[in-house]
Amino acid sequence: MSYLEVRGVNKRFGGLQALDDVNLSVEAGTIHAIIGPNGAGKSTLLNCFVGKLIPDTGTVTFDGQSLLGLKPHEINQTGVSRVFQTPEIFSDLSVLENVMIPCLAKRDGAFKLNAITAMSGQTDIREKAEQMLLDVSMQDKMHMAASSLSRGDKRRLEMAMCLSQDPKLLLLDEPTAGMARADTNNTIDLLKEIQEKRKITKVVIEHDMHVVFSLAQKISVLAQGHVIVEDKPENIKGHPKVKEAYLGGAH
Amino acid sequence: MFGNLQKNDRLLMIFFIIMVLAGPIILAPFGAGYPDLLQRFAIFGIFAIGFNILFGLTGYLSFGHAAFLGVGSYSAVWMFKLLTMNVVPALLLSVAVAGVFALLIGYVSLRRSGIYFSILTLAFAQMSYNLAYSVLTPITNGETGLQLNLNDPRILDAADTSGSIPSTNFFGLAMNSTAKFDVLGMTLQFNVGFYFCALILIGAFYLALRIFRSPFGMMLRAIKTNQNRLNYTGLNTRPYTLAAFVISGMYAGLAGGLMAITDPLAGAERMQWTASGEVVLMTILGGAGTMMGPVLGAGFIKYFENIFSKINDNVLHAWFSLLPDGLENLLVGILHFFVGKGWHLTLGIVFMLVVIFLPGGLVDGATRIMKRIMNRGKSDSASAKSAAE
Ligand SMILES: Nc1ncnc2c1ncn2[C@@H]1O[C@H](COP(=O)(O)OP(=O)(O)OP(=O)(O)O)[C@@H](O)[C@H]1O
Ligand SMILES: [Mg+2]
Repeated sequence: MSYLEVRGVNKRFGGLQALDDVNLSVEAGTIHAIIGPNGAGKSTLLNCFVGKLIPDTGTVTFDGQSLLGLKPHEINQTGVSRVFQTPEIFSDLSVLENVMIPCLAKRDGAFKLNAITAMSGQTDIREKAEQMLLDVSMQDKMHMAASSLSRGDKRRLEMAMCLSQDPKLLLLDEPTAGMARADTNNTIDLLKEIQEKRKITKVVIEHDMHVVFSLAQKISVLAQGHVIVEDKPENIKGHPKVKEAYLGGAH
Repeated sequence: MFGNLQKNDRLLMIFFIIMVLAGPIILAPFGAGYPDLLQRFAIFGIFAIGFNILFGLTGYLSFGHAAFLGVGSYSAVWMFKLLTMNVVPALLLSVAVAGVFALLIGYVSLRRSGIYFSILTLAFAQMSYNLAYSVLTPITNGETGLQLNLNDPRILDAADTSGSIPSTNFFGLAMNSTAKFDVLGMTLQFNVGFYFCALILIGAFYLALRIFRSPFGMMLRAIKTNQNRLNYTGLNTRPYTLAAFVISGMYAGLAGGLMAITDPLAGAERMQWTASGEVVLMTILGGAGTMMGPVLGAGFIKYFENIFSKINDNVLHAWFSLLPDGLENLLVGILHFFVGKGWHLTLGIVFMLVVIFLPGGLVDGATRIMKRIMNRGKSDSASAKSAAE
């Protein structure tokens, strides 16, 4: 069985079949990309992995354990982190605090009533968070309010938050959307670098073909809720079904 | 002392302790240096500090915190009736019972957030208020309120022969004893009850400061900004909010217990929604989410309530007696609406002005003024330097 195994997942929103019998096998240590036109159901699929949505039918198994019925925080505690399509960060907190929270969650679990210990005494957490910010070259923005970051930096911060947990599976929903070319390239480099260092299994949703083909070992093409092809990047490029989905079928 | 606090917080703590302990001296010139009002400053300060742990940090706006205050008062008075006039068991029971109540009400109310949470807490508090008035009369003594009697058992206290109800005390130290000194035409009053409340206020403030600066406090602030992200970060937000709710409920119970200590009776009106609303006003007026804000807000509102409500037309006439009669009557006629029974009007206007112009409350205003002064100081010294060169 693969690391992340999705079998026969269906999800309806009223009359809309958002996911139609989706199957997916993600191998450990690889980057698996999901591409497809707008509204294909890519984000919906990720929502089914993290407990935001419950599929109508089908199974989602991660590392031998079913994820269905688990709450979002329980799924995260099994080692699954997610970067959202629109960055989800703690805007009122400082950049450093934003990264310290996931570090605490990793160390202390889903709940700990440490109301009397001082945050300033948590040197291990602080060092870990600072190192993480250094890794994504945001160390000089550490004490800024997260709300004052640029859109690209917000994404990068969210990525740092997820990475600081050393997840076993990282889900990225369009990590480069809204980024300038240079930022996009930085992000690709960052993802590649992490891949070399830590071999985190990743599922990446991406519109940018440049990103997809330079990162992914395997690609699934989703159209109207259905996986039409799942193959290696070199076989996807010229695939007639893919061309049809992007140019004709989707409209 | 306070070795585990950062430097700024240590200074804040020292400043706070000095202000509180010197309260009877500092406030005497403002006509607020008498025990009854000083005690109320301290007690409502505790109430608001606790409320701020929930509202200021998590953003969950409870409209039912007076219920915990009332429960605390009833518990304390029962302890005085049954066990002893010593305040320690009374306070312990107040806090414990309020904590249990908060756990139950919080468990249900926190299934919702935003306005639905507020409405649920309001509903629970009104329910408690109505129960205290009607069905629970054997425990609460209904409309009359729970009072002490000469023939209460008080099984731990020695039989009283004086024929009057004994004073609440801390191991023999009577809460109602006061030392008076006449200084510069003012009477300074140092009251045991106030200093007892003051020490607890300082403890409550210190604990709140520790909570604010702890990982737990950071999680609560994170809940306020993005609960969703927190869930996807592996944190279960429900126990965090519940813990904050129970802690703030226990603060309210403590305040309720202290009310009974300084004045040993408890009535249902203490649980009414207006009382719940008052602590919301205090916190917002002073500055929600700040350390000093709630205490300032509580002091401000209690000062208004006691001082402004006592100004009547005679006082106003005395103020303006030097003016020509027509003008004097006109001014008194206008101000009449803002003082005495009309003090709520003044409070309402002040509250509106603060919310509109100082969204961060009085503390926000104070820091802005400080900054302006600091900046002026800096630019002054800078220009002096350049002039010298
Ligand atoms: N909660 C919801 N309720 C109803 N319909 C939804 C919901 N979430 C998504 N949809 C619909 O399901 C379809 C798939 O949406 P989804 O967000 O998964 O697309 P996507 O592939 O991520 O598109 P994009 O590239 O624009 O992000 C869309 O038609 C969308 O309108
Ligand atoms: Mg999407």
